[in-house]
Order: sequence, then structure tokens, then C-alpha cells
Amino acid sequence: MSPLFRWIIALGLAGFAAFWLLTWPDRLPDDALAGLTGDVARGERVFLAGGCASCHAARDAKDEARLVLAGGQRFPSAFGTFLAPNISPDPTHGIGTWSAMDLANAMLRGVSPEGAHYYPAFPYTSYTHVTAQDVTDLHAYLATLPATNTPSQPHEISFPFTIRRGLGLWKHLYATDDWVLTGDLTPEQTRGRYLVEGPGHCGECHTARDLFGGLQRDAWLTGAPTPDGKGKIPGISPAQLDWSESDIAYYLETGFTPDFDAAGGHMASVILNTAQLPASDRAAIAAYLKALPAPGD
Amino acid sequence: MSLFKKSAIPVIGLALVASIAVAGSHGAGPHDAAIKARQSQMKLYAFNLGMLGAMAKGEMEYNAETAAGAAENLAKLSTMSMAAAWPQGSDNSAVDGTRALPAIWEKYPDIVEKSKAMSEAAATLADVAGTDLDALRGAIGDVGKACGGCHKPYRAEES
Repeated sequence: MSPLFRWIIALGLAGFAAFWLLTWPDRLPDDALAGLTGDVARGERVFLAGGCASCHAARDAKDEARLVLAGGQRFPSAFGTFLAPNISPDPTHGIGTWSAMDLANAMLRGVSPEGAHYYPAFPYTSYTHVTAQDVTDLHAYLATLPATNTPSQPHEISFPFTIRRGLGLWKHLYATDDWVLTGDLTPEQTRGRYLVEGPGHCGECHTARDLFGGLQRDAWLTGAPTPDGKGKIPGISPAQLDWSESDIAYYLETGFTPDFDAAGGHMASVILNTAQLPASDRAAIAAYLKALPAPGD
Repeated sequence: MSLFKKSAIPVIGLALVASIAVAGSHGAGPHDAAIKARQSQMKLYAFNLGMLGAMAKGEMEYNAETAAGAAENLAKLSTMSMAAAWPQGSDNSAVDGTRALPAIWEKYPDIVEKSKAMSEAAATLADVAGTDLDALRGAIGDVGKACGGCHKPYRAEES
């Protein structure tokens, strides 16, 4: 074997080892949920704030049917089409066998119980802010929902995006625990930040993405094209949205804009969730949006 | 003769461009009147909802008579026979000036069901809007939900 060839093999192995280490699924510490017990009623509030049903129930589901989390909704993107999986309590086709820790690793770290990376169509980049108590409560609530044995369908994506391990690199670039809005916040604004940047995952649609699908945090909530490229998702930072706080809260309650147009598209699903939140949470979201930097700040 | 030939081409070209531009700017489509009619119905919804919503939000003082009148208007609007304002081929893939998606004409039974939900929500609101502010607040949410029922699957995002 020539020395050059040996070098190439050595470099290749070193490169593979580096890739393997860099893309290692980063799980939570084993004691992340230690001492916590789940509360079903509080879990429902997390479920509504997190908008789980908007993606995991059937798209046109209403009322009770929104609690059947059979999956199947399609999410087109520049990388292919992602299909929401079954997250009902079915032990085979859903997540009925998951522990609270499994749910926490999925939501906060984007890692499956088997140790695979999830695609960020599942918004763990936002859910990473969700508190350990809220995950535990959500786990308790999800277990009370109807089980359905609809099999999850595979995503429709092509190479190289089929290599989940590569998402480990993506996470190094884009997954962070840091808040976007920092500085002195009132308790209400802090609650709003938690809801918007965390479970509500508003930024996942209202913030534009870069070439690799990472959120452009320096253009936070300033609007984005729809994933199919046919329309646009409006900006909701003060530079784009001049609604008052009560206008925003009322929109999240009823779907009515200040002009009394009614919300459509995916936002209509979001309103079905926010309408059921306590009024204080809708007010907190409004307070947070108003606290975002305005032009000239 | 050669002079005429040279100048005629751009003149004809200009005339063509101008006629296309006129057609475009006036949106002289076959369904303009129908689209205007259904959008006017939506504006009437919005105008009446505006009064009710302003009271619900606390921006306008609650007035039982105004509230009852506006809610009654909504109920009437929601039972108007408007099928003629939704002709085949007046969707956003066929003509300009509308966000109505083609799916409206593919899933007609669903539209009927959803418009029924709308008239029921509006009728409930009309029953209680004149009672007191809390009753108004309690019933207006279902009207919003009913509006969203169609806006979610059948209206395109703004482009």
C-alpha cells in the first residue's frame, strides 16, 4: 500500500469519526424530569399552547376530532414533503409506550426514543424552551386522548436529506436555547416570550428561513413566504403589525382582525387553540409582540 | 412605403400592449360582477361584526339595540341566496381579483355544511346580542370560528 493511499484512508476515517461525533444525538440528562409528576389539566393548556392538534390531527378536523392525533397532514418544503406522524396513545402506531422522558427528548432535543434525529418540521427548535414541568404535564394529558391505529407515513424527501444523522450538524448551526428577545421584561412579557418563542412556535412560520432551512433570527417574526412559495405569511413584529395589544388578543380569541376579516389558512387552526387558552395568555402573547424592537430601535 | 412598414410594426405592437394593459387594469373578466357581489357580502359581514366586536373588546359602549340590529343583519346576510355569485370558473387560478380557491367547486357539500354552521352561529348571536354584553361576548366567538371554517380550506393566503 502506498503511503499516499494510507493517508487518504486515515483522513477518510478521521473525517467519518468527526462527523459521527458531531452528529451524536444530544439527549437530556437522565434526571431532567426528576421529581416531577404530570397534571392532566395543566397539560391540556400546554397542548393548546403548543398547537399539537394543528399539525397532528386531520387538517379539516373540528371539535372532538381535533383530539385524534392520527397524523397524515402534509408539509411541503424546499427539502421535500414531511408527513406528520401518529402521536396518539396507540402503543404500536402512536406514542403510547413513550415515557415522559421520551417526550422530553423528542420535544426539547429533537431526538427519538431510538436515538434518531427528527426533522425540524417538528418544531423542537422552539419546543426546546418548554419547561420540564410543562413536558411532564403534556405527557400526562396526551395519554388521555383517543388512540388510533392509523400508521404513520414516511416523509417524501430525497438524498441527501434522507440521512438523519446529518441533522446533527444542522442542530449545531440552528438549535439554541437562547431567547430571541432579551433584556428587561415584565412578568407578562416574559410569559408571552415563553408562549411565542417556546410552545407556540410562532417563529417557525412567521420568520423567514435561510438556504439550509434555519430560521433567520435577525429577522424574527418579520414574515416569510409560505412553504409552497405561493403566498406569504405576514410579519407580526411592530414594523409590520400596527394592531393594538387588545386587537392582537382579540384576534387570537375570535380570529377577527381589526377590520373584521376572519383568519384563514393555517392560522385558522392556530386560533382554534389560542381561543381556548386563558385570556391572560393571549394578552401575554400580545404584550410580547409589542415588546419586539420597532423600526428605529 | 418602406417608411410606413417600419413605423407600422411598433404602432401595432403598442396598440396590442395597450389593449392588454387596459384589459389587465380593468380586470374585465367574465365573473367580475359576481366576485364584486360576494366580496360586498363579506364587507357587510365585516361592517356589522365591527360594531359587535368593538363592543366585545370594550372599545365601544354596549348598546342593546345597536348590537341586536347588527347581529340580526349578520343572520340575514348568512341566509341570503348567494349561489349565483359563485359561478364555476371564478376561482383564483382562473381569474384575477379573488382569493377563492378552486377547491370550493370541488367540495360543494362541505361548503353547504359550513355555510349552515355560519347561519346557525349568526342566528344564535342574533338571539342573545341584545340581552347583555356577556351574552354577546359568549356568542361572537362561534361566528369567528364559522368564518374560519371556510377561510381555512378555501381562501388563498394573500400574495
